[in-house]
Amino acid sequence: MTEKFNLDTVKNAATTPETELPWAELGLKKNEFKRVVEILGRRPTAAELAMYSVMWSEHCSYKSSKVHLRQFGDKVTEAMKEHLLVGIGENAGVVDIGDDWAVTFKIESHNSPSMVEPFQGAATGVGGIVRDIISMGARPVAVMDALRFGAIDHPDSQRVVHGVVSGVGSYGNSLGLPNIGGEVVFDSAYQGNPLVNALAVGVMRHEDIRLANASGVGNKVVLFGARTGGDGIGGASVLASESFDDTKPSKRPAVQVGDPFAEKVLIECCLELFKASVVEGIQDLGAAGISCATSELASNGEGGMHVELTNVLLRDPTLTPGEILMSESQERMMAVVTPENAAAFEAIMDKWNVEYSWLGEVTNTGRLIIEWDGEEIVDVDPKTVAHEGPVYERPFHRPEWLDRLQSESFTASSQYRDRPQSGAELSAAVLELISSPNMCSKDWVTNQYDRYVQGNTALAMPDDAGVIRVDEQTGLGIALSTDANGRYSYLNPYEGARLALAEAYRNVATSGAKPMAVSDCLNFGSPEDPEVMWQFAESIRGLADACQELGVPVTGGNVSLYNQTGGVAIPPTPVVGVLGVFDDVARRTPSGWRHDGQAIYLLGTTAHELDGSEWANLRGHLGGQPPAVDLSVEKMLSELLINASRDGMIDAAHDLSEGGLAATLAEMALRFNVGARVGIDELCERDGIDAFTALFSESQGRAVVSVARSEEVRFTDMCSARGFPHLRIGVVDNPPVPVSSAASSGAGRPGVDQSWTEDHHESLAEPTLDVQGQFTLSLAALREAHEGTLPAYFG
Amino acid sequence: MTSTAQETGSTASPVEDSVNAFEGASVAGARIGVVTFPGTLDDRDAARAVALAGGTAVSLWHGDETLKDVDAVVLPGGFSYGDYLRAGAISRFAPLMDKIINAAKAPSAPLPVLGICNGFQVLTEAHLLPGSMIKNENLHFMCRDQRLRVENASTSWTNQFSTGQEIVIPLKNQDGQFIADAHVLDELEGEGRVVFRYEGSNPNGSRRGIAGISNAAGNVVGLMPHPEHAVEPGFGPDSSGSDARFGDTPLASGTDGLGLFTSVLHSLVTR
Amino acid sequence: MPRIVVDVMPKPEILDPQGKAIAGALPRIGLSGFSEVRQGKRFELTVDGEITEEVLEHARTAATTLLSNPVIEDVTRVEVLDDASPADDGAGAVR
Repeated sequence: MTEKFNLDTVKNAATTPETELPWAELGLKKNEFKRVVEILGRRPTAAELAMYSVMWSEHCSYKSSKVHLRQFGDKVTEAMKEHLLVGIGENAGVVDIGDDWAVTFKIESHNSPSMVEPFQGAATGVGGIVRDIISMGARPVAVMDALRFGAIDHPDSQRVVHGVVSGVGSYGNSLGLPNIGGEVVFDSAYQGNPLVNALAVGVMRHEDIRLANASGVGNKVVLFGARTGGDGIGGASVLASESFDDTKPSKRPAVQVGDPFAEKVLIECCLELFKASVVEGIQDLGAAGISCATSELASNGEGGMHVELTNVLLRDPTLTPGEILMSESQERMMAVVTPENAAAFEAIMDKWNVEYSWLGEVTNTGRLIIEWDGEEIVDVDPKTVAHEGPVYERPFHRPEWLDRLQSESFTASSQYRDRPQSGAELSAAVLELISSPNMCSKDWVTNQYDRYVQGNTALAMPDDAGVIRVDEQTGLGIALSTDANGRYSYLNPYEGARLALAEAYRNVATSGAKPMAVSDCLNFGSPEDPEVMWQFAESIRGLADACQELGVPVTGGNVSLYNQTGGVAIPPTPVVGVLGVFDDVARRTPSGWRHDGQAIYLLGTTAHELDGSEWANLRGHLGGQPPAVDLSVEKMLSELLINASRDGMIDAAHDLSEGGLAATLAEMALRFNVGARVGIDELCERDGIDAFTALFSESQGRAVVSVARSEEVRFTDMCSARGFPHLRIGVVDNPPVPVSSAASSGAGRPGVDQSWTEDHHESLAEPTLDVQGQFTLSLAALREAHEGTLPAYFG
Repeated sequence: MTSTAQETGSTASPVEDSVNAFEGASVAGARIGVVTFPGTLDDRDAARAVALAGGTAVSLWHGDETLKDVDAVVLPGGFSYGDYLRAGAISRFAPLMDKIINAAKAPSAPLPVLGICNGFQVLTEAHLLPGSMIKNENLHFMCRDQRLRVENASTSWTNQFSTGQEIVIPLKNQDGQFIADAHVLDELEGEGRVVFRYEGSNPNGSRRGIAGISNAAGNVVGLMPHPEHAVEPGFGPDSSGSDARFGDTPLASGTDGLGLFTSVLHSLVTR
Repeated sequence: MPRIVVDVMPKPEILDPQGKAIAGALPRIGLSGFSEVRQGKRFELTVDGEITEEVLEHARTAATTLLSNPVIEDVTRVEVLDDASPADDGAGAVR
């Protein structure tokens, strides 16, 4: 071994207690460094310092959030755990969906890397969450992406939007994972801190569940996949020299480059390993790389592990031991294999042309020993690295500015006085709303994602939830939706988190699935700011309370802190993903009506709730209180939607959320290019509101459904029996096409070439959305407004 | 945790298994090979399509030295070797490709070969079909339901369609713009080897709106859109060329792609 | 028309998946002896008129701002191409 650095061995560390160590540069606080010395009874070696510093980082240790996150566990009841096969704490939670099938899903952030290099940041974000799913033993079956960008017209948004969308698309498409939904939000509050949250979901048989632990003394530890490079350790360049006094120039990349092809091969290779039952435990390598994998595997298993670090295959031969331990190179996995299975393991690696190296073995010493060419450079209790990091009770307090903000209701504003009121004004307002950056069609984004691959996608965007068939024989399947509203959370973080869960829950139920479990990605500013910390604490309290009320457990997730620029934090953004289950995806409900003459019903009541709404946002107003959320109403609405779907009473359903009834009606009509005649007078009278509020209020607990004439009595009886407010507001208008122009009837829907429609459609009656007594809008005009926005900005 | 031995047995489903889940799914019918290269994505979908059409899907690995006596071969879509060099450029050198090329060129009973998307790109790199694919005109990956016109209903893969028939199947790719020299294009047109053409506006800038072509014998067909994603009601395009004529608006019920797979079964029976 | 050629390569320390896939394929088609492949990009900027130092400076700026992403790529060459031999690297190298 050529000497390229002075190796800092355990022996050396014991005899040189006075050596100055760059703990501060590595992000450790003084008290944390002292704690490391206390644990070890000596100063750490360079390699140990590297391990503790990455594993005790905010990102890996959750040191600021842990005390609050406990609520997700504390507020789980036995009933909520009924379908949980694996709860919080593993790579991802696992939910029993019946028939011996299990589903694992998780949402995770990759925010700051996506700001630095949008394409690679977003791509590796998808790659990382997919590896979490594989490491549970599951085949990944779909991804989703919840994206938040700065202002649509800000020059930097071009770079970030193009990069992130093609990064998510390129990685997910190359893995053969359908992208079935997510969110795209534009708000200048995210200008310096775009949010890229990626969700992945996988399925497996119960017996295939794998956990990240190193069991069985004498079993072998193997690292496989991509080689280890200097990725992601740019910030830790002080480790480029182990002696800490050298000025060796560091060439450590600040960003990681994803290799989706390598990951696709890794997926297939892992699934073959699982099928052949040749791995005992498995762990993906993400943040903190080998440090994390070895310490977590060891502490979750028999308690000890012995590793020879020079066996790691390197892309960059100049890496020091500390850097190898910290490297975040992508597309790597670590597994524990019995000696008897080693040959079978190697055969599978060879088939897929995947590189691997045997690093060491499982021991029962309770110590994680890492050697470099036979010399001990790490000797630690792995639990102290992986699980016993610092925990902080950060101070927090309610911001003083909040009272004033909450008192500034939209109703009291000049913008409200100038609200659209006449039919013509309301018509223009609807067009303005559905062409606005947040409410416009996201086809420009989603058309860059493959939604067909694997052949099991039953619904995808723009429907309320993505729906995937799990079992081809029975039709058993799942639905997923992610939601958050940063404006609601900014006005009231406790309610905002509950609203995020309510919407995701409602979306899943709207598709017809029974909500089962939650994964969350909590995006906030700096925890060292007591006001941000208060927002964080309130959000968790709200989400945990709401989960308990709705009876859906949080199975895992991720916290992303320090999303702030120049002292200004992003709005609190708790992105909530809800997983639901179908007995048979064939009965899923799409978000658009299709059948002529079907009755259109509005479920729920509309109150005067415009604070934090999209309309207020369009008028530059943010103040007041977000819409009230009553989770018992949400629960009943969801039951109605699920029953109506199961019993074939409804053929379309779409929830009401951002943009209110106006957005819902427009989206339902545009989904299949089928018009409708709607009246809102009765609604206004019943709920005591004007037409503007009827169309733009964002009251919760509402949905619009279309009901076949033959099912109307049964449907209204069901609603009446439960005392749930329901109002017939209109009828679907889709007259049969004359046979002579039959060939053109199939066109005009999203995704089908529109120019063709225009050529052939002239002779037909133009479908319209007719809000009687107010306005009539042709679907062509609605579509032009809805679909023109993103292409106009992004080409 | 100790892993237990597992047999998926009777509950086999494609989400847990590979192409094998469909292997032998049909009691009778021809054996259609579905080739998996590293980075292939739509192999299980192609196998499902074969099974739904009534054939028996046989999974073939790119490194295999034998075609396992299959009667026809599908090269499915995906990003083999990441499409990193050029789409299809590395896969073209797979050991199995030599066997496929020879069998496809056999003077008697040449092997029917269908290349879908990345498979089409492999066929052009292997020179079984002329032309090449470059990035879409708009430079983006594009996923949408695409209307096509069947221009040649006499190939091994299109004989169950009628000439001029309109079908809707998904189009999804990054490098989908078909290009070739003018004289090659003229030759393709002249010999009736343009098999599918985009209807309406050209989605990706392909020369003369060409979506799929065949070799002179008509046994080798390549196309960029994905027929294997339009074979099962409920999981296909929202609209279909044949179903939408009755004034109703279907939900993901398009199955126009099935015709390619029933065609090859038909051609194998009748040849 | 005179041209300026700009070569952009992934930074040596950055993973190059493209190069890696090609390097893996070479021995499979019987071409051994190559330990690594890295794939870069070549741009040719055709200049309207004479190539002055100012034009070259513009090309250098274009190379480092638009043509490459300094986070993951290096500009390895900005040179004037000798038009007489367009495929050649040519003389008149100015870096």
